[in-house]
Amino acid sequence: MLNDRIRARLAASRRWHPAEFVLWGLALAAVFLLPRQLLILNEIAILALFAISLDLILGYAGLVSLGHAAFLGVGAYAAGLLAIHVTADPLAGLAFGTLAAALAGLVTCPLVLKGNDLTRLMVTLGISMLLLELANSFGSITGGADGLQGITMAPLLGLFEFDLMGRTAYLYSLAVLFLLFLLARRIVHSPFGLSLRAIRDNPLRAAAAGVPATRRLTAVYTLAAAYAGAAGALLAQTTQFVSLDVLAFHRSADLMLVLIIGGAGYLYGGIIGALAFKILQDAIATVTPQYWQFWIGLLLVLFVLGGREILHGGVMALVRRGAALFSRRRKAP
Amino acid sequence: MKLLTLLVDGIAYGMVLFVLASGLSVTLGLMNVINLAHGAFAMAGGYAAVVLMQKAGLPFIWTLPAAFVLTALAGAVLERLLYRPIYAKSHLDQVMFSIGLVFMAVAGIDYLMGSTQQFIQLPGWLQGRFDIAGVAVGRYRLFVIVLCGLLAFGLQWGFTRTRFGSRLRAAVDDARVARGLGIPVHALFAFTFALGSGLAGLGGVLGVELLGLDPSFPLKFMIYFLVVVTVGGTSTITGPFLAAMLLGIADVAGKYFIPQVGAFIIYALMVVLLLLRPDGLFARQRT
Amino acid sequence: MKKRTFLGLGGAALAAMLAIGGAQAQDAIKIGLILPMTGPFASTGKQISAAVNLYLQEKGATVAGRKIEVILKDDTGVADVTKRLAQELIVNDKVTAIAGFGLTPLALATAPLATQGKTPMVVMSAATGIIPDTSPYIVRTSQVVAQIVVPFAEWAAKNNIKNVMTLVSNYGPGIDVEKFFSEAFFAAGGKAENMRVPLQNPDFSPFLQRVADAKPEALLVFVPSGVGAQFMKQFVERGLDKSGIRLIATGDLTDDDILNGMGDVALGVVTAHHYSAAHDSPENKAFVAAFRKANNGLRPNFMAVSGYDGMHALVEGLKKTNGQGGEALVNAMKGLSWTSPRGPISIDPETRDIVQNVYIRKVERVGGELYNVEFATIPNVKNPARGK
Repeated sequence: MLNDRIRARLAASRRWHPAEFVLWGLALAAVFLLPRQLLILNEIAILALFAISLDLILGYAGLVSLGHAAFLGVGAYAAGLLAIHVTADPLAGLAFGTLAAALAGLVTCPLVLKGNDLTRLMVTLGISMLLLELANSFGSITGGADGLQGITMAPLLGLFEFDLMGRTAYLYSLAVLFLLFLLARRIVHSPFGLSLRAIRDNPLRAAAAGVPATRRLTAVYTLAAAYAGAAGALLAQTTQFVSLDVLAFHRSADLMLVLIIGGAGYLYGGIIGALAFKILQDAIATVTPQYWQFWIGLLLVLFVLGGREILHGGVMALVRRGAALFSRRRKAP
Repeated sequence: MKLLTLLVDGIAYGMVLFVLASGLSVTLGLMNVINLAHGAFAMAGGYAAVVLMQKAGLPFIWTLPAAFVLTALAGAVLERLLYRPIYAKSHLDQVMFSIGLVFMAVAGIDYLMGSTQQFIQLPGWLQGRFDIAGVAVGRYRLFVIVLCGLLAFGLQWGFTRTRFGSRLRAAVDDARVARGLGIPVHALFAFTFALGSGLAGLGGVLGVELLGLDPSFPLKFMIYFLVVVTVGGTSTITGPFLAAMLLGIADVAGKYFIPQVGAFIIYALMVVLLLLRPDGLFARQRT
Repeated sequence: MKKRTFLGLGGAALAAMLAIGGAQAQDAIKIGLILPMTGPFASTGKQISAAVNLYLQEKGATVAGRKIEVILKDDTGVADVTKRLAQELIVNDKVTAIAGFGLTPLALATAPLATQGKTPMVVMSAATGIIPDTSPYIVRTSQVVAQIVVPFAEWAAKNNIKNVMTLVSNYGPGIDVEKFFSEAFFAAGGKAENMRVPLQNPDFSPFLQRVADAKPEALLVFVPSGVGAQFMKQFVERGLDKSGIRLIATGDLTDDDILNGMGDVALGVVTAHHYSAAHDSPENKAFVAAFRKANNGLRPNFMAVSGYDGMHALVEGLKKTNGQGGEALVNAMKGLSWTSPRGPISIDPETRDIVQNVYIRKVERVGGELYNVEFATIPNVKNPARGK
C-alpha cells in the first residue's frame, strides 16, 4: 500500500514537464539558429554539466564543496594525457577522464564526510589547492604552468572533425550533457535519490529509518566526481589544451555562484545558472572588458535582495501559461 | 638566534592574518552570517590609508585609527542598508550576495585607483631592524606584533568580561529571548558588524607593507581568512588567534626548512587540522 | 527548492536566442586584442591596451583606405576562455589578426587556432621561449626570458660575480629564468644555487633568511611585476642590502609601472631588461610624454612598449600587403626593423621572434622620480634558447 503510493509519487516526479522539451529542443535547434554562438554554447554546456555535478551533492545530499574544480581538473588532465600518450579517440578520453575523477572522488570522500559545513568547504578547498600545487610541481607530466600542449583529437566516432565553428564540439558536449542529465534525473527520482534527501533533511531520522548514510553519501560523492570529470574531459578535448587554471579556486567559486543563481536541488538549476552567468558575463564584458565584474556583482546583489522573487514570479507565470497552452492544444483535437 | 628571527617573522605574519580575519570570525561566529566581502573592507582600509598618506599627507601612525574609523562607519552604513535584509536568508544566498559585493569592490577600486600596486612609506622609526639580545628583529614586525597582541587581548577581554560582551553572547545564543529581556539586538549586531569591518580595515593598513595592496586583494586573501577562521573555530577570539599564529609560524618555518614544498604547507596543515578537529581547534561545545 | 523547478527555463532560452552577435562594416580591418583586463594581471592589460590606442591615435588608423578597428576582450586569466574568444574573433568577427596574450598558457592554448585559422597572432606579453615555435603564424614583439638573462649572466660573470643564488617564482617564466641564467653563468665560469618560491607568496621572509644564510655574492630575482615591491621592501627590511649581497634582477622587479611607488628601497638595484622609460632617445621621450598625457600621468612600462611595437609591426605589415591578412601578413612582418621607443629592434625572419638590445640598468633618482637608468648595452640579442 505504502509502496504503491511511493512508487506513484516517484513516477509522478519523473514525468516530463512541457518546458523541459522546449529547453532541450531549443538547445538542439541552436546548432542551426545560432551558428555564430556555438563556441560559447559549448562552454555553457560544459559548465552546466559541471554544475549538475555540484547539484548532485549540494542540492540532493546537502554536501557543500568549495573545491569541486579538483575533479574537473583530474578529468581534464586524465583526458588530455590519454589523448597525448595513448589514443586520440574522444570517447575513450571521456571515459578515462570520468573514471579517473570518480576514483579521486572515492578516495577523498572519507575526508569530506567528516565535520560540519564550514569544515567541509575548507577541506574540499584544501584538497583542490593541493592538487593544483601537485600539478604545478610535476611539470614534466602535466606541463606545469605552461599547460598541457599537443592534444589533438581524432574525429568523433571517426566521422566528425572538431571544426573551427565549434559545431562538433557543441553537439558532442550537448549530447554528453543530455545523457548524463537523463541518468541524473533517473537517479535523483529513484529510492536512492529519496534516501539522499532524507539524509540531507534529517540525518538522525534517516539513520533511524535504516538508511546507511555513509555508504549513500560516498556513492553520490563518487558519482558527482565522475560527472565533474566528464565535464573536465569535455573541456580538455574541445579546447585541446589543459592549463593549471582548471584546478583553480575561482572555478569552484564560480561554479558555486552558477548553481546558486539557478537554484540547487532540481538539476535544471545548473543549466539555467550556467546559461545566465555565461551569457551575462559575455555580454557585459563585450561592452566593458575592464569593469564587467562590477555589473555582475551588482546583479548578484540585487538578485539576492529581492530580484529573484520578481524574476521567479514572472518566469513561473510564463511557464505556467505556456504549459496551459500546450496541454490545451494537446487535448484539442 | 636565526630561529628566533624566523619565529618573529612568523608571528608577525600570523598577527596580520589574525587582525584581518578576526572581524570575519566575529560576524560568522556571533551573527551566523557568511560575509565573504570581508576582504573588501580590508582593502578599503588599505586604500583609505594610501589616499590619506599620499593626498592629505597624514603620517602613517594616524592612518591606522583613521582607517579603522572609516571602514567601521562604512560597515555600519552597509549593515543598515544591505546586510540586515540578508541575515534571514540562507547561507548560499549570503555567499552569492557577498561575492557580488566583492566583485563590485574589486572593479570599483580598479576604476577609481587603477590596477597597479599601491604603496605606503613607513616612517623612519619603523624601518629596518634592531638587535634584541643578538636576535635581529624587524622594527615594523615588532610594531605589528605589539599592536595586534594588544588588540587580541582587548577583544578577548571585551567579549568575556564586559556587559557588552555578555549581552552580545546572549543575543547570539537566543535573539528572541534576549530581545525579550530588553537587549537591543539590532543595535548590538550593527555595532559588532561595524567593529568587525573596522578591524578588517585596520588589518588592511597593517598588511599593505607585508602583503601588498591591489584591487584583487579581497579575492587573493579570501582563502587565507577562511583558513584562519575555520581552523580556529568561530566561537572564541582565542581560537582564530592561535590558529593564525600556528599557520603563520608553520608557513614561515616550513618554507625555510623545506622550500620545495612551500606552497603545500598551509593547505596540508589546514586539511589535517580540520580532520582532527572538525569544529576548529578551540571549539566551544554547543549543546 | 522544488517550487523553483522551472525557474527561467523560458527566460534563459530566450536570452540565449538574443545573445549578441553584431554585424559590422565589412571594410574595416579588424584586430582582436585579448588581454588580462581584470584580475591580478590587470595592469598588464591596461598598459598594453593604452599603448595600442596611443599608436592608432598617433600614426593614423587607416591602411589602404581601410580603417583599423581594435576589438578588446578580457581573457579573465583562463586558457579555455581565451581560446574561445580568439576563436569567436576569427570565426565571427573575421579579424585579420589576433594580438595580446598576457600569460604563456593562454598564448599556447591559442597557438593551434592561429595555424588552423591562418590568422597572424602577435604576442605582446608572454615571454616563454617556445611560443613562436608552436605556430608559424605567431610573431612576438615583447621579449624572451632567455634573451634577457643569458647576456645578463655573461655580464655578471664579467663584473666580478662568481657565485649567485637565484630566487624565482615557481611558474613557467621563473623556471626559464633559473634554467637559462644558471646555464649561461656556469658556462661563463660562475656557480649558481637555485631556489623557487610559490607564485602566491605574500611573505618572503623565510626565503630571504635562506639567502642570508647562504651569503652569495649576488642574488638574482625573478618575480611577477606586482610582487616585486613586497620583495624589495622585505629585502631591505632584513638588512640584506647592507650585507654585501648584490641584488640583481630582470626588469620585472623594478617595473616602471610601480618603481616610483617603491621608494628608496629600490635605489641602486641593478637589472637587465629591454625597455626603460628613462631610455635616452627622442623616440622614447616622445612616446613617454604622449603616453602619460593620454593616461592621466601613468608611466609606460615594458608591456606598453610591446603593445606599441606590436601595433607597429601589424600596421607596417598591413601596409605592405595592402590590407591583406593570412600568411602574407606574417611574411610581411618577418624581417621588419625599426627604431622603437626601446631602441633599434627587428623581427627575426627565421624565428618570428623579436631581436633587440638588452640594457643593464641601475635604479636612480632622476628629477625627483625613480627610474631605471641604462648604463650598458648588449646590442641585437636574438633568442639564445633557439635549438636547445
